[in-house]
Amino acid sequence: MSTIIFFLPYLLIVVIFAVYGERKISAFIQDRLGPMEVGYYGILQSIADLLKLIQKEDIVPKAADKKLFLVAPILIFVIVFAGFSLLPVTSSWHGATAETGIFFLLAIVSLDVIGIIMAGWASNNKYALLGAVRSAAQIIAYEVPLTLSVLCVIVLTQTLDLQTISYQQGIWVNQVEPDSVNYLFGLMSIGIDITNVGGILSWNVVRMPFLFLVWVIFFIASLAECNRAPFDLPEAESELVAGFQTEYSGFRWSIIMLAEYGMMLLVSILGVILFYGSWNTPFPNIGSFKLAEWTGGLPGTTSGNILSAFWLISKTSLMIFLQMWVRWTFPRVRIDQLMSIGWKYLTPFALFFLLLCGVWRLLMI
Amino acid sequence: MISTYWQNIKSAFSTSLSGLKTTFKHFVEARHVHKPVGISSPDYFNQDKGIMTLSYPHESLPIPDNGRYKLHNEIDDCIVCDKCAKVCPVDCIDIEPIRAVSEIGKTSDGTSKRIHAAKFDIDMAKCCFCGLCTTVCPTECLTMTKSFDFSEYDVDDHTYSFATMTPLEILTKKKELEEFEASKKKTQEAAAPKTERKADSEPSAEKKKPAKPVFRPRPMIKKKKDGDA
Ligand code: SF4
Ligand code: SF4
Repeated sequence: MSTIIFFLPYLLIVVIFAVYGERKISAFIQDRLGPMEVGYYGILQSIADLLKLIQKEDIVPKAADKKLFLVAPILIFVIVFAGFSLLPVTSSWHGATAETGIFFLLAIVSLDVIGIIMAGWASNNKYALLGAVRSAAQIIAYEVPLTLSVLCVIVLTQTLDLQTISYQQGIWVNQVEPDSVNYLFGLMSIGIDITNVGGILSWNVVRMPFLFLVWVIFFIASLAECNRAPFDLPEAESELVAGFQTEYSGFRWSIIMLAEYGMMLLVSILGVILFYGSWNTPFPNIGSFKLAEWTGGLPGTTSGNILSAFWLISKTSLMIFLQMWVRWTFPRVRIDQLMSIGWKYLTPFALFFLLLCGVWRLLMI
Repeated sequence: MISTYWQNIKSAFSTSLSGLKTTFKHFVEARHVHKPVGISSPDYFNQDKGIMTLSYPHESLPIPDNGRYKLHNEIDDCIVCDKCAKVCPVDCIDIEPIRAVSEIGKTSDGTSKRIHAAKFDIDMAKCCFCGLCTTVCPTECLTMTKSFDFSEYDVDDHTYSFATMTPLEILTKKKELEEFEASKKKTQEAAAPKTERKADSEPSAEKKKPAKPVFRPRPMIKKKKDGDA
């Protein structure tokens, strides 16, 4: 559980830089400059904003349900942050050793919607309530494909433990599963043993190439899960003021914001762990060029820790960039479109891929 | 039914990809920044990619020399003919003339000055920047400058005073004029000052000019005045 000393400051730093990054990325996409005034190239803008938010008055509307209103943002944040307890940081620094790691993660992350409904209901504001109701409808529609896409990976890995899943995608797999063998594309019949080659070849999306499409489903569902554009219906600025967070200001609003970016980080890390090799290096061993060993580091050593944390963080950052890029590209979907994407397209395809993954698993052993 | 289902998926993928491509193109091109060049520069239309924002107080587009922004009156060259005040469609020029007893000097183009400007105020908050006042000005002392950034906290600060006379000077000049008028009345009974049309003509002998020469604007300007009134 010691990963909290990494994840709490990491989350805060990521939020500060992600807010800055998001402004800059959106600005560049729209041919603007973005924040320029605070610090060199506006780098301190989000810190200035944070200071401003903390100084603001903590307003509780008169007609609000005071207790629920005050607790809701903290609940949202606590639930999202609880999800981080299961994530590994490096090859030897793992999160809570829960046998049912990913199951617990999905369960606790869905609780997030309770905090959102609490916030929306307690605000006693029609926009807030509408936002909360939309959020509930959205989460139900997207939890299913999200869970199914995660299940696809689990069918292949045969474990719910995130650290074991991570080990399986690299050259150190025999440290946790002494006699498992990785074949190219996972197919035993091809017979190319890549257990000691590692690198990108042993990542889940290469072990089972169709996982890329599963990842697309996972990514779309995770965008909906974090209430990010194009699925930001619960807080659609142009329709609902700010959705469930309309009545929040200052510190409590910034907690909600923190939870939102926390969720973004959480699903990004989860996506990297499940599909893109977790903390493993992308470089394979080629003959006597032991790139995977040089850039991966032996688990337990200092270099192993630093390098695996580096790979995890940089892949996660790429995922976050992708989320931002998507956000500033697409317009918001309508609620009926959202429902039909979720139920008519993502869910059937996730089921189909689940079947495919089951068959693939049979070919792997 | 089924075929639309697959078509939807296909078009969803292709449109999403082309959308992402478009935004990524802009993201990558953001390494170019538009240079602050004016329309007169041949480069102006070549800058078709990159960041468009002009970080204004730090950089600004060059103003053409004939830009029509803040008014400036070179009061030393002003003969206080009142033409500008008359032509102004929004009446934002406020002039208080005091006739001098004799010629007080010459403007830089050689026109003799016979009227003191006790007050020459232009209310730039009302000004519509039509530039008519600068066109009619006979000595070309009233000009439009390139300065456009003159916002103020108080709307009264938009009234620019160009007159340089002190209250004491105004008082003495007024008294001088009164004395002169009085003595003139005694000596000359029916010497009503004739209206003079051309204030900018050659210094026309010692004939005194009225404080406010009747100014007849040309028809085009006249029409504009009527329309605004
Ligand atoms: S520019 Fe036009 S509106 Fe402004 S002072 Fe001159 S005549 Fe009046
Ligand atoms: S028109 Fe020119 S000379 Fe005449 S009063 Fe106006 S500024 Fe002075």
